Amino acid sequence: MNNVKNQVDRIRQISGVNPYKCMKCGKCSASCPSFNEMDIKPHQFASYIMNGEIEALAASKSLWKCLSCFACLERCPRDVEPAKLIDAARQLVVRQKGQDYLKADEIPALLDPELPQQLLVSAFRRYRR
Amino acid sequence: MSIDTSFKPKIVAFCCNWCSYAGADLAGSSRLAYPADVKIIRVPCSCRVNPMFILRAFEKGADGVIICGCHPGDCHYSTGNYYARRRMTLLFSMLDYIGVENGRTRVEWVSAAEGVKFSTTMNEFVEKIHSLGRNVRLGDLRCKN
Amino acid sequence: MQRLGVFVCHCGSNIAATVDVKKVVEMALKEPGVVHAEDYPYMCSEAGQALIAEAICEKKLTGIVVCSCSPRMHEATFRKAAERAGINPYMVEIANIREHCSWIHKDIEVATEKAIILARAAIAKVNLNTPLKPGESLVTKRALVIGGGIAGIQTALDIAEAGYKVDIVEKTPSIGGRMSQLDKTFPTLDCSACILTPKMVEAAAHENITIYTYSEVEKVSGFVGDFTVDIRKKARYVDMEKCTGCGLCQEKCPSKKALSEFNRGLSTRSAIYTPFAQAIPNVPVIDAESCTKLKTGKCGLCEKICQAGAIDYTQKDEIISQKYGAIVVATGFDTIKLDRYDEFAYSQSKDVITSLELERIMNAAGPTKGHLERLSDGKHPKHIVFVQCVGSRCSDDRGKSYCSKICCMYTAKHAMLIRDKYPDVDVTVFYIDVRTPGKNFDEFYRRAVEEYGVNYIKGQVGKVAPQPDGQLLVQAVDMLDNRQIQVEADMVVLATAIEPDPSVRKIATMLTASIDTNNFLTEGHAKLRPVESPTAGIFLSGVCQGPKDIPETVAQAGAAAVKAIGLLAKDKLMTNPCTAKADELLCNGCSTCANVCPYGAITYEDKEINDHGVRETRRIAVVNSALCQGCGACTVTCPSGAMDLQGFSNRQIIAEVDAICR
Repeated sequence: MNNVKNQVDRIRQISGVNPYKCMKCGKCSASCPSFNEMDIKPHQFASYIMNGEIEALAASKSLWKCLSCFACLERCPRDVEPAKLIDAARQLVVRQKGQDYLKADEIPALLDPELPQQLLVSAFRRYRR
Repeated sequence: MSIDTSFKPKIVAFCCNWCSYAGADLAGSSRLAYPADVKIIRVPCSCRVNPMFILRAFEKGADGVIICGCHPGDCHYSTGNYYARRRMTLLFSMLDYIGVENGRTRVEWVSAAEGVKFSTTMNEFVEKIHSLGRNVRLGDLRCKN
Repeated sequence: MQRLGVFVCHCGSNIAATVDVKKVVEMALKEPGVVHAEDYPYMCSEAGQALIAEAICEKKLTGIVVCSCSPRMHEATFRKAAERAGINPYMVEIANIREHCSWIHKDIEVATEKAIILARAAIAKVNLNTPLKPGESLVTKRALVIGGGIAGIQTALDIAEAGYKVDIVEKTPSIGGRMSQLDKTFPTLDCSACILTPKMVEAAAHENITIYTYSEVEKVSGFVGDFTVDIRKKARYVDMEKCTGCGLCQEKCPSKKALSEFNRGLSTRSAIYTPFAQAIPNVPVIDAESCTKLKTGKCGLCEKICQAGAIDYTQKDEIISQKYGAIVVATGFDTIKLDRYDEFAYSQSKDVITSLELERIMNAAGPTKGHLERLSDGKHPKHIVFVQCVGSRCSDDRGKSYCSKICCMYTAKHAMLIRDKYPDVDVTVFYIDVRTPGKNFDEFYRRAVEEYGVNYIKGQVGKVAPQPDGQLLVQAVDMLDNRQIQVEADMVVLATAIEPDPSVRKIATMLTASIDTNNFLTEGHAKLRPVESPTAGIFLSGVCQGPKDIPETVAQAGAAAVKAIGLLAKDKLMTNPCTAKADELLCNGCSTCANVCPYGAITYEDKEINDHGVRETRRIAVVNSALCQGCGACTVTCPSGAMDLQGFSNRQIIAEVDAICR
């Protein structure tokens, strides 16, 4: 139980987001381009964290389907910033696994001119140490 | 930084009757807590605050003084807060010069509808005073009991 | 030496639960001047006040401190109680140990300590209080209503019916306001114009009402009972006395490209125009920015055809100065700008409209003569999507934090009317919550769903994408089904948040009436003085105070009228005795104080002074206590310290500072 509380606190700390601000309007899910790929939908992120269902969230493929396009973050009328919540959950998982690290100085070697810039930024957000 | 838990700052808040005092009332009725170190003195307008009152407060051992008035343009007496702003800008820079740091003095505009702002302002201000520690610059030894 | 009494209120458990009141009593007795202290569960009750009166008489008290709720609440109560017991009402001070102490602190020790200090400060102050006597001022028996919408009209009618003169100032060419732009009203589906125009006519015909349209308040001075207001009557270029309202000029005017404000820019109007057919007064104005004659000197057609000879291109703005006893603000609202809501494609497609624009489209006098059609191609729509809460309930910086209150109901109305008139049109409403508190409101909304088959979906619209074929692709979420949906729509209607009319800011500043962060005017008390501004003599009517629908607006308009009538019925008002006063011996007549006084209350007199045996004539400041409002600006600016404020004197405030820092 305590561990769950720690994880919730950790996600709130990393993301800087207060999930209790969410009023369940669904603007995030209405805006999300990856909605159909996700098992847990953007408008559910806040309640998963409020309910302490971190394990389910961590196991969700939604974490890896989020494109970090920030449409939800831009349009959220309550400044809940769901993209930051999912990003924090992602970091939690990455740190626990202790793998998939991406170092900043490795990036130039990985650069591909064909690669969309956003993907790189998104990857960096996902895997940075 | 070590936090002196025994340090209970003395903070004087001058609040104008029309906006900020009502804002403080709203903070109260909305149960928005701020530290008990803040004691409010009601004045009709922020322009009633004589620099003398602030010097007196520091002389008597206050650790911080904050003046709250209506937002610019919303003064009940049309222009009072503009006078307050000008006077306090001068006074605060002079106080800073003689060693009463700028963080110990503050002017803030709080309307009657801004209970939340009143509470957050006071919380921030008290935190700032805690980080600055006791005010020893202006304390008059003769005034110490 | 004062003999002071301290009375500590429990306020039930509001204070006593967090403040040890007995301890406050015990500590107060140790303060200088205090000869009596006691506590009581409800000091403001009849019994509590009797307790105070008894102590004043028995202990021969000269002043009292009541430790209770905010002075904004019960200062007047305790002053009256003290006066009845035979002491000057200004010998009363309040220590606010509820709002500023017990309600914000949880720890009893901390709260008690603070309450003792607050009591100490009040005791220190009252030790230096002196008896003050209020002056009197006369009341001008005339009211001003700013804004000529339904709120302003109703307030003016009610005041006029009570027998007082009242002037309405309206900035547009006609009274009527937003309500005149509406097609139908919920929940009865009354025709808006049919119920509004009789009131407009009644106001125009009333012997006690003067209407200044196309006019704005320019300057306000004075105070409760005696305001002086300058009203700018903008040049109409049409003589109101001569014009018969035949409308020929509007018909013949060759420049017809100006956008109609009344139709929200969806249609055009002539340069000389009345905003709508039932306008009052039925006298057109010439819009100087569109009129060829006024711009280039050529044309003059309207002058030639006007048989009454009413056109006057040389007319200038006129300033009318008038005295009023009371001012009612009824400035109303507008919808917010949608330029920061790109996702709805409002600026990209003509078929994405606001609800107020739909209101004009549905109206027989509107841009489409009341036919529901797409503004882009005039086609009859098959599917209309309504989006609720556009810009309402947003805590980000794009919209408004409050609920606009009327949108749920007017959307249900629109959906119902469309389904009723055009059963072939499908209507989908995307909502976050449906809020229908009000008489017959929820029944109305349920009828839209159950009888008219309006499709309500819980969820928001993420984006609206105009397609090459002119269709609108709406991407939204169905929160209950947990799926994202994409639907094609012919029209999208946005329930746009409402905000106070932008003109209210300037007016509030002129009236020194306080305003909140959303530009709504603040009430004197959120519960108990909902139609009065904290500034005496200023009353609030309609949406300028907060979002409301028509019945609520009319109710509030009546309440504001009653408050104004209550003021106008008085012959004299007691003035605040806490005014500035110059010490004749210290004043050197430098004029600094007069320069900062916002009321022109300070003049100078040559007066013979006896300065410690030396008799000489000096120029000294004299404060007119009828004009002085007691802000205290002069007291701080005075270089010789001669000016002081009664009731908030330098010595009193310093005593408070000392007591707090002790």
